[in-house]
Amino acid sequence: MTRYVLGRLLGAIPTIFLIVTISFFLIRIAPGGPFDLERPLEAKVMENLNKIYHLDEPLWQQYLLYLKSVAQLDFGPSFYFRDFTINELFAQSLPISIQLGLTALCLALVVGGTLGVVAALRQNQPTDYTVMAAATLGVTIPNFVVAPILTLVLGVWLGWLPVGGWNGGAFVNVILPVVTLALPQIAVVARLTRGSMIEALRSNHVRTARAYGLSTYMVVVVHALRGAILPVVSYLGPAAAALLTGSVVVETIFGIPGIGRYFVQGALNRDYTLVMGTVVVVACFVILFNLIVDLLYALLDPRVRYD
Amino acid sequence: MTSTNAPVLDIQNLTVDFDTPTGTIAAVRGVDMHVGAGETVAIVGESGSGKSQAMMAAMGLLAANGRAGGRVTYDGADLLNLPLAKLNTLRGRKITMIFQEPMTSLDPLYTIGRQLAEPMVVHGGLSWKAAKTRALELLKLVNIPDPDRKIKAYPYEMSGGQRQRVMIAMALANDPDVLIADEPTTALDVTTQAQILQLLADLQKRLGMAVMFITHDLGIVRRIADRVYVMKSGDVVESGETDRIFTSPEHPYTRMLLDAEPTGAKPPVPAASPPLLEAQKVGVAFSVDAGLFKPRHELKAVDGVSFALRRGQTLGIVGESGSGKSTLGRAVLNLLPATGRVVYNGDVISGKSRAHMQALRRHLQLVFQDPFGSLSPRLTVGQIVSEGLLVHEPQLSAADRDARACQALEEVALDPAMRNRYPHEFSGGQRQRIAIARTMVLKPDLVVLDEPTSALDRTIQKQIVELLRDLQAAHELTYLFISHDLAVVRALADTVMVMKQGKVIEAGPTDVIFQSPRDDYTRELIGAAMLTQSQMMATG
Repeated sequence: MTRYVLGRLLGAIPTIFLIVTISFFLIRIAPGGPFDLERPLEAKVMENLNKIYHLDEPLWQQYLLYLKSVAQLDFGPSFYFRDFTINELFAQSLPISIQLGLTALCLALVVGGTLGVVAALRQNQPTDYTVMAAATLGVTIPNFVVAPILTLVLGVWLGWLPVGGWNGGAFVNVILPVVTLALPQIAVVARLTRGSMIEALRSNHVRTARAYGLSTYMVVVVHALRGAILPVVSYLGPAAAALLTGSVVVETIFGIPGIGRYFVQGALNRDYTLVMGTVVVVACFVILFNLIVDLLYALLDPRVRYD
Repeated sequence: MTSTNAPVLDIQNLTVDFDTPTGTIAAVRGVDMHVGAGETVAIVGESGSGKSQAMMAAMGLLAANGRAGGRVTYDGADLLNLPLAKLNTLRGRKITMIFQEPMTSLDPLYTIGRQLAEPMVVHGGLSWKAAKTRALELLKLVNIPDPDRKIKAYPYEMSGGQRQRVMIAMALANDPDVLIADEPTTALDVTTQAQILQLLADLQKRLGMAVMFITHDLGIVRRIADRVYVMKSGDVVESGETDRIFTSPEHPYTRMLLDAEPTGAKPPVPAASPPLLEAQKVGVAFSVDAGLFKPRHELKAVDGVSFALRRGQTLGIVGESGSGKSTLGRAVLNLLPATGRVVYNGDVISGKSRAHMQALRRHLQLVFQDPFGSLSPRLTVGQIVSEGLLVHEPQLSAADRDARACQALEEVALDPAMRNRYPHEFSGGQRQRIAIARTMVLKPDLVVLDEPTSALDRTIQKQIVELLRDLQAAHELTYLFISHDLAVVRALADTVMVMKQGKVIEAGPTDVIFQSPRDDYTRELIGAAMLTQSQMMATG
């Protein structure tokens, strides 16, 4: 097992290398640079800036320089937030995004999973139709619509929850962004769980469990759900990577200092190092969560073996 | 054993209805059955006769759209109206069940030991530890090899026969009064089937439970049952002592079932008949586990098999699953990379390119086992049957192709008017006829028939056997007939080849093989097949 994990992690290095290379040259192809403002800077100032940030050197040299620093886990200075390095920016924002994403993920799994199981047990009955209709709504309504509505109702009209701000991650501040993030995930998880649960409940081994007088809990949870959760797990890998690396919309609407905003800000400001940093972070999360999913699979299903 | 003792399980006027979008379907229409302690009762019928659904209803295992009516009495309680919690104290404790599908009836995610222990913990109040100890005893009781290791195994690590033994162990765990066995041996090889039946009989004698045995195989019924219920379209059409049913059946349907055992033998071909196909030392090897650090391991699926066939002959290839008989059939047709030499009609075809084979393909045809999976669901029957003509006789006009399809369908006794329908509208037997028509339209010389009757009921099987016989006589066809069903092979083949683990164990004329087999394995196969005397002695 350890050998498998090590192999996968080592195998990720060429992947990340490729991603870094492609995105490094892609962002350089985009017209403009980090210091091109509406009112151009003086030539002398520009020259100095370019020199400090090595932008006057040939592109391949900049690339090698960047590779060297990334290999040492140093993502370099930010071109836009002049007083910060990318590492400093991420150290502040990433934990916030992870906390938000992880909470939303757990909420999606528990609520979505429960709804899915309930719907499957009441297949083609009113409960089932209600849950599935709600799930369809959850998937179709975009979060930039959900967020303002929730803020308006719960924050402005009822005044129960703050409309925005992070406030050091206080519970009341977390509720709205987490719910907004989780809603579409709840919907997807519920649909997936329902589908695989219906199949599992019809399977022969579940019939065996019923024929041997096991309680409904044992039949549903122990024998049906464990197998039915597998497709959900494989969905949650990429979903978790996306959630944990922050959401531009939710962070912007609720004014949360997470990492999601940097995607857009970095790209718009041609902040080369910031864009590269976010790309690398997302790539790492995707690779990591795919690995976690595969390990979870092996844990849940003894037929899957890595050795 | 008598049928006069008080019934343990008494089924009265049981009905099962299924609500479907197109209306209610009555699967069981008021049947009366009972079984006494120590008695074995067989319920016989073809697929769709309602025999399984009757038992599912008694156990409260109907699908969500199913409704049961009538009374199923056990120990004074009506099982059909018992609240779930109460029913759960009987299911798995006093009344247990073995299912038809050993491969899927156990939960793939838990060990054998845990699944065996579960009902004992739930019903017997045992601790997990005590239940595991008892589970080990049970595995020994049902003769699982190496029980100490197998108790920690997962279902996927066991064969179908072993899994069915585990199911039997599970059924016996709480010392039940009634055991319902729903076609427990249908999915198993004949030798495994014989072992499982023997095991069930021994255990019944020792533990004295009542057994309700659902099957479509009359050979089994004759061997194990005290009494028989014959079911057709949801009704019991006849019931009585086994001997009486077999010697003087009253209902025409029962007689038809009894007659459905394939009989007769193939007339020999004239000695002057030219050789058509010769195989010399055909071998197929698959490489397994060619991992980075593991040496390549070769599995010899077919190992040096030779045979010769003259035009009009039938070679029956017999063996259990995994014996390499299907692989051999494909290797002979050059559909798999194989070693050795295959000569068809004086032309060496082994190792020849696709392009070279293309012209010969029309003469070398194949019919598959699964009539449900081998026809494209998106083509009409007419398109399916005439598709080969597009390749092999491209000069034909659409009208000509259609005419040829009609002709082929008539030949397999299907109404050509049905050629515009889709496969799902046909029954299993009809689909197999379509598959045969698809090969016949090309007027082949050699047809490899890979278990063409295995998925069908006995009465349908008999019709297909007759059809194959007629087609062979009419067109001088040569058959390579692959089957694990010795009764069918006995009725169709000139020569028989017995295969085991890729090798030929024994080969020879059909009469000789069946009446005086030399090899122990052949004897075991024939014994396990439970052929009737008339089948054993049948001569052309």
